[in-house]
Formats: sequence, C-alpha cells, structure tokens
Amino acid sequence: MAVLELIDVHAYYGHIHALKGISFKVEPGEIVTLIGANGAGKSTTLRTISGLVRARHGRVLLNGEDITHLPPHEIVARGVGHVPEGRRVFPQLTVWENLEMGAYTVKDRREVARRMEFVFTIFPRLKERLHQKGGTLSGGEQQMLAIARALMMQPRILLMDEPSMGLAPILVESIFEVIRQLNQHGTTILLVEQNAHMALQVAHRGYVLETGRIVLEGTARELANNPQVQAAYLGMH
Amino acid sequence: MRKAISQSVLYQALVVPLIQLFVFVAISLLVIGSVILILAALFNRPVTGGMTLLQFVIRTLPQVAIDGLVIGFLYAMIALGYTMVYGVLQFINFAHSEIFMVGAFIGVELMLALAIPSTAPLMLIMAGILLAVAAGMVGSGLLAVVIERVAYRPLRGAPRLVPLISAIGVSFFLQDAVRAIEGLLNNAFYRNYPSFPILNQQIQLATFTLAGQPIQMQIQAKVIFIIIASLVMLTGLNFVVNATRLGRAIRAVAQDRPTAALMGVDVDRIIMLTFLIGGALGGATGVLFGIRVGRIDPYVGFIPGIKAFTAAVLGGIGNITGAMLGGIVLGVLEGFAGAYLSQFTGGAFGTEYKDIFAFLILILILMFRPTGLLGEQVGQKA
Ligand SMILES: Nc1ncnc2c1ncn2[C@@H]1O[C@H](COP(=O)(O)OP(=O)(O)OP(=O)(O)O)[C@@H](O)[C@H]1O
Ligand SMILES: [Mg+2]
Repeated sequence: MAVLELIDVHAYYGHIHALKGISFKVEPGEIVTLIGANGAGKSTTLRTISGLVRARHGRVLLNGEDITHLPPHEIVARGVGHVPEGRRVFPQLTVWENLEMGAYTVKDRREVARRMEFVFTIFPRLKERLHQKGGTLSGGEQQMLAIARALMMQPRILLMDEPSMGLAPILVESIFEVIRQLNQHGTTILLVEQNAHMALQVAHRGYVLETGRIVLEGTARELANNPQVQAAYLGMH
Repeated sequence: MRKAISQSVLYQALVVPLIQLFVFVAISLLVIGSVILILAALFNRPVTGGMTLLQFVIRTLPQVAIDGLVIGFLYAMIALGYTMVYGVLQFINFAHSEIFMVGAFIGVELMLALAIPSTAPLMLIMAGILLAVAAGMVGSGLLAVVIERVAYRPLRGAPRLVPLISAIGVSFFLQDAVRAIEGLLNNAFYRNYPSFPILNQQIQLATFTLAGQPIQMQIQAKVIFIIIASLVMLTGLNFVVNATRLGRAIRAVAQDRPTAALMGVDVDRIIMLTFLIGGALGGATGVLFGIRVGRIDPYVGFIPGIKAFTAAVLGGIGNITGAMLGGIVLGVLEGFAGAYLSQFTGGAFGTEYKDIFAFLILILILMFRPTGLLGEQVGQKA
C-alpha cells in the first residue's frame, strides 16, 4: 500500500484555485520529488497533505487512512513530518527547545534524549549551538535545525519543502547527502525542490507541476532525460 | 548532560524570575525615587507641618514606595492576561477587565457565604481568603475559556477590528450580567468584602532616621498577603511559561502558529489554555484587589483593566517579562504621583490627577520607545 496517496485534490486560497486536481502516490521507502516553477503549487501540495491548507475536493490517504479532514496535529501524530518552506525555526526558542518541539508528541523523556543524540550524529553543529536562539543561527544552521526538528518525530514520511534554498553549494551537497542517508535508514521522503538537477539525482521518481496540475510524471531518470524538463527546469537547451 | 539541562531549566524558571522581579522593583524604585528626590531638592520650599518639600519627601518616600509596589504587582498580574493573549493571537482581549471583575465578585460571594467571623483566628481567615482566590482563579479562568470559544474563535479569520468589537461587547455584557444577578439576588449591585481587623492592622517594618528625618515604614497585614500571593503567581507563571512543555508550546504558537501545528501542537487547545491561565491570573487579582479596596461593583474592572493594558504596552505588548516590568513601573509612578502631586504643585493638582500624570509619562515613554520598554517580542521567554 502506498504510504501517501493524493486523489484529485483541489485547494483554494480565497478565490485562487491553487491545486486543480492533484493525484499521485508515494510508495514505502521511496524518494519522490515534485518539481515546478514558482507558484506552481508545490508548497500548497505539501501544506494540504499536512492539513495546514484544507482540500476542498479530493482525498489524501496516509497508509490507506483518509486524513483529508484531520487537523494538522493529528496528521503529525500519524507520522507525517514537514520541513516547511523558508525553514521556520522558532526564532525565540533555543536550539534545544526547537528540537524538543519536534518531539512534542513523544511523552517518553528517555526516547526524546535518544533521538536528540541521533540527530546530533547527523548534525554535530547543532550540539555546539544547543543554547543559542534559533533566530540567531546562520541560514544553513537554521536549515539543519529545521530538518533535525522534523527528524525528532521520526516520521514515517518526511515532506521537505526546498531544503536547499539559499544554501552554499557545499551545504547543498551535504543536505542532499543527509536526505540520501535518511532514506537508506528507511524514511520515505516527498521532496520539493527548485534545484531540479539535484532533486532528480537523489529521487527515485518525480512529478512535474504546472499551475496546480501534474503535467508529467516518471522515474527520475526519465524526467532527467525528458527534453521538456531539460529545457524548463534543468537549464539545458 | 540531560540532567544538567533540566537542572538549569529549573534554576532558570524559579530563581531567575525572582531575581528579575527584584531587579525590576529595585530599578523602578531607584529611578523614579531619585527623580522625585531631585525634583524635591530643586523646587524645595516650605510646605505643610513646618517641613520643607524635601523633608516631606524623604519622610514619606519609603511608605509611598511600598504602596506603589503593591498596586504595581496587581497591575502586573492583570497585564499578563492581556499580554499572553496578545502573544498567541495578536489581539487585545478588552473583556479581560471584566474577567477580573467577575473574579472579584466570585471571591466576595464566597467570602460572604463562608461568613468567617471577623474575630476568627488568623489561620481560618487566611484559609478563607485562599479559598476565595482559588475560586476566583477557577471561575475567571473558565469564563475566559468560554469567552474565547463563543466570542473570539468563530471570528479568528476575520479582520482584526471584528474580534475587538466582539470583546467590547462581551465587556458590556458581563458588566450588565453581574449587575443584573447581584441586583436580583441582593437588591444592590455592589458588594463589600468582609473586613477583618487582624488584616487591617499596620505592621511596623522599620523606623529609622535619614537626613534628620524620622522615617516610619509600615505595611497593612493584608498587603503582605497580597505581595506574597503576587510573587507566588508571577514566579509560578514564569515556571509554566519557561520550563514546561505547555509553556514551550505556548511560546511556539506565539512565534509561528502554522509551524507549531506542524510539530503536532493542537493550536486551538494551546490558545484555550492561554486564556485559562490569563483568566485565572486575572480572577486571582480580582479577589486580591477586592480584599484591598473592600467595596466592588460591576464597573470595578474598567480602570485597573485600562491601567494594566497600559502596563502591558509600556513593557512591550506580547512580552511577558515586559508586562511584569510595566506593571511595577506604572504602579510606582502612580503611587508617587498620588502622594506628591499636590505638594509639588502647591495644591493646584491633587491626588485625583495622578492618572493623568501617570499616563502623561506613559505617552512620553512611548513617543521615544513605541515598542515599549522591553520591546514587542511575541513568545519570548519570560
Ligand atoms: N497564503 C496564500 N494566499 C493566497 N495565495 C497563495 C497563498 N500561498 C500561495 N498562494 C498562491 O498559490 C499558488 C501556489 O503557491 P505555492 O506556494 O504552492 O507555489 P510553489 O510551487 O511552492 O512556488 P515556489 O517555488 O515559489 O515556492 C501561487 O499562485 C500563489 O500565489
Ligand atoms: Mg513553495
């Protein structure tokens, strides 16, 4: 059964019809990427999955369960982690408190401590910054914190919205390395990226969004070799 | 390592806030007190009782400071209700002054129902007052939750002005409801807190001589109780906000509501609990206020409410530490203005102008620092 399945999902902001019938699946253990131009509806798709935006039509299934009408906190409790666009670390909370927020649904203190040690093995930098306020971290550190925070909930599926945005090339490399590692440890990932080149390298499959619709789908290799994709998203002619 | 952190959190949450409160008190008193002394020295001239203005000020300053501080603590506790709600919703809950008023009424009704004899032993009186405070907290806390659910939550997506008007409507409704209920039950819409001679007695704190002036510092027994209760509640609030999972969630919701939801926080529940905590503090303050002034009516919330709101803005709205500082500063300012205005102006302006004076200073501070003393900082540590 697919970890995540969207069936003909429509979403609106006021009168703006942002998603016009999105359908796709993410199978267990996959990295699936959504690519598309600015304003195509990538972030809206992720927000609709986590319940921040309500689908007006269509269904979102998580492991076969209909979560379309659940509030965000109940969707999170079912194992959906979301690294939002623009990092969104809590600026006035310390790194430690931000990580604690990631494990908000976990009651067992020992388990929280264990997970924190685990994320420090991936992002040792965060351990050095433990008592620094989130808002005072560098952009790259904030991105690490945003990912680490989502890992604290040990999601069954991780939604990542442009994790490489605004990062130096070397950091982009290491973020994608982390994505690959997480996936090898069994985390299913739905990845939204402007950097289609990197995204198609790491992903198994992908979907191309244009103004609220899926216009292309295929394996990462197929998409990377597709002339339309090459022209529009990979900067090739 | 975890142990070290949790220990330091506990230290941060209990010791630091007490030190912080003490520093706020010391700074407010030092700054405002020195200004008064300097002014008195500058405009020194004979006043009543064969004293000069400076002598008069020196003689009375410590006592005035104590009185001002007590008002300040009360303002600070009410201000916390405004500022916490503003923190999570960016909305001024103008009905908070009536939540405070209802607390005062719950307290007085309970005290009257208990009918503790005025000569009862101190322990019994204390137990009665504690019970009244607890009842005020529960009643006002629940009332605040109901108001949020009925009058604010349905308007959450509406333009900012709409819930504000709803809040004003709730204020009038509560005033009239209490007036109607009290009128029906007791044929009068005001109530008097029972008075206990043992609580009204003046306790000598110190007598000493400073600059040739005999100085007496004394304090009413019930005021000691009010100060202790305030300190316990302000510290308790600090603990909840800084060191608990709930407090962390409140701050997270204040800083970034959608992202808090993505962490699994039930945002509506956190908003509800914020109203509960703010309302409970307001209710407790209502009872303490009632005990201090004695007589209360359905309109008794208005002035303290406006002043506490002012204190919250003065400290930086949304800023919990700011609300405490703002309350203390405003209380001390008002206390000094009330005590010295008439002497300084040669009788031209009496005590009744103390509010104008306090607000004038407020306007001046905000002209130069519009975000308040500590800045608008939503969701920061207290
Ligand atoms: N809060 C909002 N209110 C109104 N319209 C919105 C809102 N958020 C997004 N939109 C609109 O919905 C459409 C899809 O936006 P979305 O953020 O999903 O795009 P995106 O594919 O993530 O773009 P980007 O690559 O720039 O992040 C856009 O036309 C956008 O203007
Ligand atoms: Mg986006």
